[in-house]
Amino acid sequence: MSEILLSTEHITMQFGGVVAVDDLNIQIEKDKITALIGPNGAGKTTAFNVITGGYQATNGMVTFDGTVIGENYPRAKMKKIYNGSYKTPYEKQVVNTPDKITRMGMARTFQNIRLFKELTVFENVLIAKHCHIKAGLFSSTFTLNRAEEQKMQDDTAALLEKVGLLENKDDISSSLPYGKQRRLEIARALATGPKLLLLDEPAAGMNPKETEELSAFIKEIKESFNLTVFLIEHHMNLVMEISDHIYVLDYGKTIAEGNPTEIQNNPAVIRAYLGDEEL
Amino acid sequence: MMKIRRNQMLTIITLIVLVIFLYWLNAHRHQNGMLVSVLTKGVILSLVAVSMNLLNGFTGLFSLGQAGFMSIGAYTTAILLIPVKNLDGVYYMNGISPSIRAFKELVAASPQAVQILFPFFALLLGGLLAAFAAALVGIAVLRLKSDYLAIATLGLSEIVRAIFSSPQFDQITNGSYGLNKIPNFPVMLWGAIPSLITPFIIVAICIVFMVMLIKSSYGRAFKAIREDEIAAQAMGINLFKHKEMSFVISSFFSAISGGLLAMYMRSIEAKTFSITMTYDILLIVVIGGIGSVTGSILSAFLVTAAKEWWLRFFDQPLVIGGWHVPLFKTGFRMVIFSLLLMTVVLIYRKGLMGTNEFSWDRLIARFTKRRSAKGGAK
Repeated sequence: MSEILLSTEHITMQFGGVVAVDDLNIQIEKDKITALIGPNGAGKTTAFNVITGGYQATNGMVTFDGTVIGENYPRAKMKKIYNGSYKTPYEKQVVNTPDKITRMGMARTFQNIRLFKELTVFENVLIAKHCHIKAGLFSSTFTLNRAEEQKMQDDTAALLEKVGLLENKDDISSSLPYGKQRRLEIARALATGPKLLLLDEPAAGMNPKETEELSAFIKEIKESFNLTVFLIEHHMNLVMEISDHIYVLDYGKTIAEGNPTEIQNNPAVIRAYLGDEEL
Repeated sequence: MMKIRRNQMLTIITLIVLVIFLYWLNAHRHQNGMLVSVLTKGVILSLVAVSMNLLNGFTGLFSLGQAGFMSIGAYTTAILLIPVKNLDGVYYMNGISPSIRAFKELVAASPQAVQILFPFFALLLGGLLAAFAAALVGIAVLRLKSDYLAIATLGLSEIVRAIFSSPQFDQITNGSYGLNKIPNFPVMLWGAIPSLITPFIIVAICIVFMVMLIKSSYGRAFKAIREDEIAAQAMGINLFKHKEMSFVISSFFSAISGGLLAMYMRSIEAKTFSITMTYDILLIVVIGGIGSVTGSILSAFLVTAAKEWWLRFFDQPLVIGGWHVPLFKTGFRMVIFSLLLMTVVLIYRKGLMGTNEFSWDRLIARFTKRRSAKGGAK
């Protein structure tokens, strides 16, 4: 078994009385592509948000690259109404904001594309380079960090070339065709220099041809950037083709895990997607 | 390359022409009183408009606290610069706090060099105090979003004004009596730059700083926050840190502008910095284009000129052939001004400049296009 890059322990996310994610235990192996699938409303994006620091879990722990990046236990009002199936509360509270987690080496994309719409393609990627800037406000303003700035610009150009967007570099990002916007969002995430890339439904709204291109693209960047990829996806073809390991969520609970072949033949998964056989 | 050369040449020529014009204006300032006062007020307002634009247009934080920070700068500058001999006249009701008087006497007795630099120190101190206040307040209010931030900062600005006019601070701010006998702009470089030109130089330096900031990596991060906070945070941008930076810098320059305004008006009172002041600045920013520095500068001059000069005509009674035209009396100017504003906003939906900056290429393209259109060749 190879190294584990990200693991969640008993992650439970409860909003009011609704348990959106219940006792989620995920282990993501380094250099592999792991997928999280499930019907609409199964809690996949919520799980993503907990991992990337957008939400604080109600109970449970997230470990990334050997460090605990998030840990929490039911507190205050939640203590009384906590309804997760994993009852033992954790003891510590560790909170990290999404920006800090990104700087640790975890980058994400969004289900509904969130580009910096009015800015150019080049600026979109260049901004993502800002998170590792060493120069302070004043040296940056008075352009005393010329070498650093030049490197940021060069890296951005190189990255755009790698993902095939260099010809669009001066276009306003919202004017790009849909497929390219998706690609740009991934490029922007790559610019933060991640070890782990989280993709939230990268193929949403794509036609079969675009989806095929996307799966080739994901494989390609995984190799060239030494990435581990964790994705949420509905397109089964894409998931089955590129994933090494799959987790299936339904109503917040993990109902199955395994490699693509195991998942395809798992009765619980078939039931979740297609419903019970009529009696 | 040729184009860049040409544009640089054009910019340099424009700057030289501007400087020559300012020196000419300085020599003929008595004949052109209105022009001088409109330009001076315009340049001061353009600084605060750009600083508001940095916050509202580039970082996407809708803040209405500008007047409060301006008043911090104005009061600091005024208190430090009123000459010792005028103190008793200004603080005739309650007297001045002995420690401030002692400090001012110390400055008055210090070497010439210190005294020459002191006005600039006063401006800077006003800016730093405002920046410090903004940093403290920012910790609390920058957690708020959009309209709520606007209301919180608006309240803040009113609190500052109330504090300055409160009787508890009579011996420092002279309470509701306000401050007067504030000296005019200082000369710079041993008189090489006359007092009339000083505000132009100071404002130019401040605006250049802000433009460079906007172009830097931090400025790009500000724009990212404006475009999409969640995405910006996911890209590793520390939201609070960057918002705080923008808020503090904007407040610093607002206060510098406030200090200059005190020197220009020669007398200030807390009422000067009421909400109306913030609205005037907001108006300039919106007319110029939210997110355009040159737009803010242009509109600061246009709005000031329209309001205080070009429309004066409507305030005078007008008689045509013995018929007394109704409506032409004091105050009618503001009606026309408001109508003009509405027209401008209706025609230029995103302000005069939108989010674009001034560029020679666009200006030249515009003129050549017009000429060819006139010639009928399209």
